[in-house]
Amino acid sequence: MQRTLVTVLRRLALAVGLVLAVLAVNFTLIHAAPGDPALVIAGEMGGADEATMATIRKTYGLDRPLHEQFFTYLGKSVRGDLGTSYTYNRPVIDLILGRLGPTVLLVLTALLCAIVIGTGLGVLASRRPDSFGSGVVTVFSLVGYAMPVFWTGILLVILFGKVWPVMPIAGMRDVRAFGAGPWQAALDVAHHLVLPAATLAIVYLAQYSRLSRASMLEVLGSDYIRTARAKGLSDAVVTFKHALRNALMPIVTIAGLQFGNLISGAVLVETVFSWPGLGTLALDAILGRDYPTLLGVLTFSAILVIVANLITDLSYRWIDPRLRGR
Amino acid sequence: MSTEALSPWREAWRVFSSNKAAVLGLLMLAVVAATMVFGPGLYGVSAFDIAGAPFTAPFTDPKLWLGTDYLGRDVLAGVLIGGRATVLVGLSAAAVAVTIGVTIGALAGYFGGWVDLALSRVTELFQVLPALLFAMVLVTLFRPSLTVVVFAIGVVAWTGTARLARAEFLRLTHLEFANAARALGAGHLRLMLREILPNALPPLIVSATLIVGAAILFEAGLSFLGLSDPNVMSWGLMIGSNRRNILECWWAVTFPGAMIFATVLAVSLIGDGLNDALNPKLHLR
Amino acid sequence: MSLLAVEDLSVEFRTRRGVARVLDRVSLGIERGQTLGVVGESGCGKSVTALAMLRLIASPPGRITGGRVHFDGRDLLALSEDEMRQVRGNRVSMIFQEPMTSLNPAYTVGDQIAESVRLHQGLTRREAIERAAQMLDAVSIPDPARRVHEYPHQFSGGMRQRVMIAMALACQPDLLVADEPTTALDVTVQAQIFDLISELREKTGTAVMLITHDMGAVAEMTDRVAVMYAGHVVESAAVADVLREPLHPYTRGLIACAPGARTVAPGQLLDEIPGTVPSLVERGAGCLFAERCAHVQPRCRAELPPHSEPAPGRTVMCWLHTQ
Repeated sequence: MQRTLVTVLRRLALAVGLVLAVLAVNFTLIHAAPGDPALVIAGEMGGADEATMATIRKTYGLDRPLHEQFFTYLGKSVRGDLGTSYTYNRPVIDLILGRLGPTVLLVLTALLCAIVIGTGLGVLASRRPDSFGSGVVTVFSLVGYAMPVFWTGILLVILFGKVWPVMPIAGMRDVRAFGAGPWQAALDVAHHLVLPAATLAIVYLAQYSRLSRASMLEVLGSDYIRTARAKGLSDAVVTFKHALRNALMPIVTIAGLQFGNLISGAVLVETVFSWPGLGTLALDAILGRDYPTLLGVLTFSAILVIVANLITDLSYRWIDPRLRGR
Repeated sequence: MSTEALSPWREAWRVFSSNKAAVLGLLMLAVVAATMVFGPGLYGVSAFDIAGAPFTAPFTDPKLWLGTDYLGRDVLAGVLIGGRATVLVGLSAAAVAVTIGVTIGALAGYFGGWVDLALSRVTELFQVLPALLFAMVLVTLFRPSLTVVVFAIGVVAWTGTARLARAEFLRLTHLEFANAARALGAGHLRLMLREILPNALPPLIVSATLIVGAAILFEAGLSFLGLSDPNVMSWGLMIGSNRRNILECWWAVTFPGAMIFATVLAVSLIGDGLNDALNPKLHLR
Repeated sequence: MSLLAVEDLSVEFRTRRGVARVLDRVSLGIERGQTLGVVGESGCGKSVTALAMLRLIASPPGRITGGRVHFDGRDLLALSEDEMRQVRGNRVSMIFQEPMTSLNPAYTVGDQIAESVRLHQGLTRREAIERAAQMLDAVSIPDPARRVHEYPHQFSGGMRQRVMIAMALACQPDLLVADEPTTALDVTVQAQIFDLISELREKTGTAVMLITHDMGAVAEMTDRVAVMYAGHVVESAAVADVLREPLHPYTRGLIACAPGARTVAPGQLLDEIPGTVPSLVERGAGCLFAERCAHVQPRCRAELPPHSEPAPGRTVMCWLHTQ
């Protein structure tokens, strides 16, 4: 028990270190970019006048030596001060927190669908590795991977915008749903979520079905599966209790490793469906040369990935007892 | 016929060429490559020029097979030439990514100890930065041009290769042949480049192929967002610039997207074929 | 009536080079409480016989093409899959060669033992875990109340095989099939496991089918022996008879290379009997041992010898003993 606690604390320390490293990367970017760092911080088209620039130089200590600047920046960031968006005239942190929810909702829904359905398909395919259905899963996984995610999204927009208009193709809420009860509001968001989440899920669905098929095939050939069958357990128990849990390992690994890619995909999907998340915020920030907001989004999405990795790491210990106490 | 005389590479080619999907991938790639190399010259229409009325549907005007986009630009012209930038950037970015990845992974795996620890931490850092966002930041801060896009993608896409190269070097560094070369007085550089790298090549080649596919998707994504060079036509840019009008001219986004899809599919089929051919442990079935 | 009577069991495997007839009309029997040794080189079909009896052959590529497996008056090959599952792990249970990989790494050993008991005897979870602890005690694992909650990786190879035995015997089966239970273990541990199996057999009256390549183990542990070669049972008899007077040349070879020791490595047998096991895909017309046999006659290469019964309770498959 104590060893588990120590491991968890160690993992947490590493995660905090990574967050600091991400901030260091941000700092480097601000100073490595061509031009005046103050301008970068202000954002070029934010309409920063001389007075604002002077304030920025002073708050960030831009006249001081570089290492002092670094610690000033670090100190401010750690306290949650990621600067001010001069485009919106609001603290960056407020902007980001307002957009974090929709992105997390989108990403988690897609990931959950991809893992559950993908793994399910892979398991089905692994039970008859040479069957037609198994071949379909293989083809589907190749096709799903090769489709550019924004193109998939656009095809869905065309399909549901023109041919079969049963799904909303943009935004997260319907104006008509404002002022409705909480259940109706949730239902409205869910309705808007279908297409973006499906778009994002398809890519990963393809990969997980393929991965879980391979992983299940390997596990099903192992000695302890033979033991389980020799005990008289039914096919379902052998597959889902004895095989699946061991086959989950590579799936969880990839899910953790790919969380960053998932967020990258979300940027594109949000753009296609005008989903009000971090991705659209980042794109708006780019169009408005609003660098503090852009860097803030980068920092926060990195934190999301770090948290996801932490969860992955801890779930290993649940799946494979051999890793406990390491 | 004697099979023993075949070199491992010849044997790999034999396995690869007997794989129908991989050969299909190779054919598809050849067609795509021919299209973008010879297509624009043969067709002779600029992808940026206004060629007809906006929103001309495909197969209605005999001069504009694939119709025109929201500005009246010829979609076929864009489809033909749009692959050049995409594939060029994809290949160059993959080369950058593989170079960084192999270098970092090789150093970490070969030297071990604190070098490994430090480089593994760096790899971890780049793994948590969402690649597209990071590339978006780089492109924005350093102005979009093909070179910046190549480096932006290269800088975010190397971590997988680094992990793989590290594992391979870790495994190979202490094997007999490497020890023998070391005993004969081979220096670090010689050992790494001449002795270990050739043995680590098969999985690295497979991984490099997969990165080419990923880098093409990546370039397409950046262009779609309008973050690549606006003066170079590419499939992603075509889709991105027609984004607001997709319900009026579905053809302007569908055809370039299908080209990206076909290219990436071809590359992944080839990658799968290479994987089967070069990683013999997977032959047991 | 015998507890188990395998009659003319045949199994084929589809391979890249063609269909391999892995078992060819195998017959053997075990009485209640008796121990049968099934002995032969690796690849002779002894493990496949055990798996086929319990219908655990992976299909594809394997297929049972004929025969009957009478167990306690029923033909197992004719049962439905549901009925068959009530036999596996309950009436007939099995332990395997590789204790290191035969237990599921994701569950505690207690859970894995309890799973059988709950399934076949309808015990509650708590009762089943209690039974699991009793079983660990019975196979001489110290501190069973604590270790029942531990995972396989916390046990050594010998201890894991003890866990496997505990799991196999938890439902008090009529027959325990032990497939090379000691091959993967250290020599000292091998002796302990054999002693444990003998002890538990005496205590519970379970019949045992011991699959091994080791004639020494057969001599020490079993009542009867069936010698297998290339998918055939070439000789079967009481152990004492076989040791006193082996009839088949192959049996003689096996006994010659195991002078009372149980520590012969699998590869060693091959060195002592010249030649290798023939391909099962391209079987010739004659005796499959002919190429390696010191007493080979022209007839051996032309025609497969029948099973003859030179004495009651004794069979042999060799032209030397057909008269």
